[in-house]
Amino acid sequence: MNAVVLSDVLRDPRVWQGPRHAQPAVEPTGHALLDDALPGGGLPVGSLVEVLHEFDGTNELTLLLPLIARVSRMQHRIVFVNPPYIPYAPAFVSAGVDPACMHTIQDCGDESLWAAEQALRSSTCALVACWPRQASDRQLRRLQLAAEGGRAIGVVFRPARMAMTTSPAAVRLRAGVRGIEVLKCRGGNARARSVPLSSVARC
Amino acid sequence: MLWAAILLPDLALDAVRRSGADPDSPIALIDGPPQRRIVQSCTAPARKAGVHAGQALAAARALLPNLIALPDDPKRTQGLRDVLVAWAYRYSGEVAWIAADALVLEVGGSLGLFGPWPEFERRLRAYLIELGVTHGIALAPLPRAACVFAACRDGFGVAGADAMRRALRRVPLSLARLPDVSLLTSMGLRTLGEVLDLPRAGLARRCGEDFLAQVDRLVGRLADPLPRYRPPDRFEARIEFDAELRSMEGLQFPLKRLIGDLCLFLAARDGGVDTVEIGFGHDERAPTTITLRSPAPERDAMQWFGLLRLRLERLLLPAPVSSVRLLANDLPPFVPVARNLFDTASTAALSWPQLVARLEARLGDGAVKTYLPAADHRPESAFTTDASASARIITGPRPVWLLPRPVPLRDRAPRILSGPERIESGWWDGRQASRDYYVLETSVGQRAWAFRPAGAIDGPWLLHGWFA
Repeated sequence: MNAVVLSDVLRDPRVWQGPRHAQPAVEPTGHALLDDALPGGGLPVGSLVEVLHEFDGTNELTLLLPLIARVSRMQHRIVFVNPPYIPYAPAFVSAGVDPACMHTIQDCGDESLWAAEQALRSSTCALVACWPRQASDRQLRRLQLAAEGGRAIGVVFRPARMAMTTSPAAVRLRAGVRGIEVLKCRGGNARARSVPLSSVARC
Repeated sequence: MLWAAILLPDLALDAVRRSGADPDSPIALIDGPPQRRIVQSCTAPARKAGVHAGQALAAARALLPNLIALPDDPKRTQGLRDVLVAWAYRYSGEVAWIAADALVLEVGGSLGLFGPWPEFERRLRAYLIELGVTHGIALAPLPRAACVFAACRDGFGVAGADAMRRALRRVPLSLARLPDVSLLTSMGLRTLGEVLDLPRAGLARRCGEDFLAQVDRLVGRLADPLPRYRPPDRFEARIEFDAELRSMEGLQFPLKRLIGDLCLFLAARDGGVDTVEIGFGHDERAPTTITLRSPAPERDAMQWFGLLRLRLERLLLPAPVSSVRLLANDLPPFVPVARNLFDTASTAALSWPQLVARLEARLGDGAVKTYLPAADHRPESAFTTDASASARIITGPRPVWLLPRPVPLRDRAPRILSGPERIESGWWDGRQASRDYYVLETSVGQRAWAFRPAGAIDGPWLLHGWFA
């Protein structure tokens, strides 16, 4: 019996291998450990990312800062919708962000989901971060679709207790004092459940 | 060139009729000092009774006691003239008032689009009849000749230069629209042809160079530049409602019509607009006015209506609406966006300024902020939304979140990670800050930026930011 090597079979054009899933484009977060943990090596472009955190000031923005800095230096726009506090420009500048590319819509309350959807859908923003007062499954699905349509990354910040509910987001992360926990990621299992963020990246 | 002339002999009266007067009532327009009112023009019923232009009002009243005498209002007439000239501009780029009562438009270039001349003429007439304006229309290769034909025989049209000259020769001198011809008629001249046959030098000596120039322009011996009409740099339209409207849904339709009119107007003058003002009139109340802004000159009705609808969703009207008015004052030139033929971007794609316009239409002007660092040591003054500022002074750790105003830190025993950093500044503008800032870690592990009054060793912490 001839030994057949699997790789030779696969090379044969007559062998149909089913539709290959195109690897979605990703944007690395800039945190090496987190990028290693995520399938594809970063946050998928054109999808919604959910960041859950219990308290303010526990790494939830540190997670995004390198990405924001890189995107802004490419002169792509970033929109903060309804952030809980004022994004403090000097701190962003020292993190390497070009502040001219970072826009904020403050205190829009119930309109925050609408505004985030508009910004995502417009395909002029690379990243839209939204702090909705509350968001239902349907509303998050709308954001997910808008992110797909606009080829942007949407980030929704929600309280940690929402980890118990289902979500249409492609990636769900929980930010905490010790680091980032990957709760869900589309396209494969996370290679590590929990990753520490390097303390250098903080602040 | 082929010119159509529209002669409007009764414009002032037409304007009165249009403003709602009964056309069958005897109306006379009067002018002159109060002691001696003179009839300027009158309607057919009045004319039948013997009233005529130039008559004293007292005499007219004696003939017709129920004559309605109205003062001649130049503004009202001008309003109708504006409507007519804007309408004529739709058919031709060269439109001019050749005289106070005659509008000419170059139609040679428009015939291909609006059809052979009889069809074109029918279009023009249909509108004038609908408007209720007394008119005469004629066609000739020269604008003044066309006017003369319109006065002589309504509907006369001649395209060739020779035929026009032959026809002009037969025109009675009294209808040739020339200044004072009494001298020539007293000389026994009856038609324009006879005048044209006179020796030029003699004619100039008797009637003046001006008269000769007029004749030359009429027959085309002298160039005849006309002040070409340019559409105004302003658009205003208004719809009055018979009954007051209470619902927003009811307002959508008239507003859509107004915006449609505006965009048609903009298309006609090949322009755009970036600011539109919409006023809602109320009975016994000052009108509510909203202003819509577009990032770039725009003339797409859907785009404008989209912005308006977002605005209406938020708008609370204090009273029912009795009229709406749309005003566009500044009409900059329109530069359409160049798109790639094979553009794959989705139809929902907007440019950044368009997105900002849409967001601000719903969330209020200035809703989209861009915070830039500012040269100030006080944390609350170290950022600005003013794009002209470009300084940065950063010392020590700064949090990504800044609280709009400091609040007491609710934590029993925060751990001091670093500090103090003294910030003492601002004595010059009355908002002096004198604080010692620390980076703290709260009992749940948050990193806080908090301060105490300068020099204080203990006491409550005031939280000013989070290192998130």
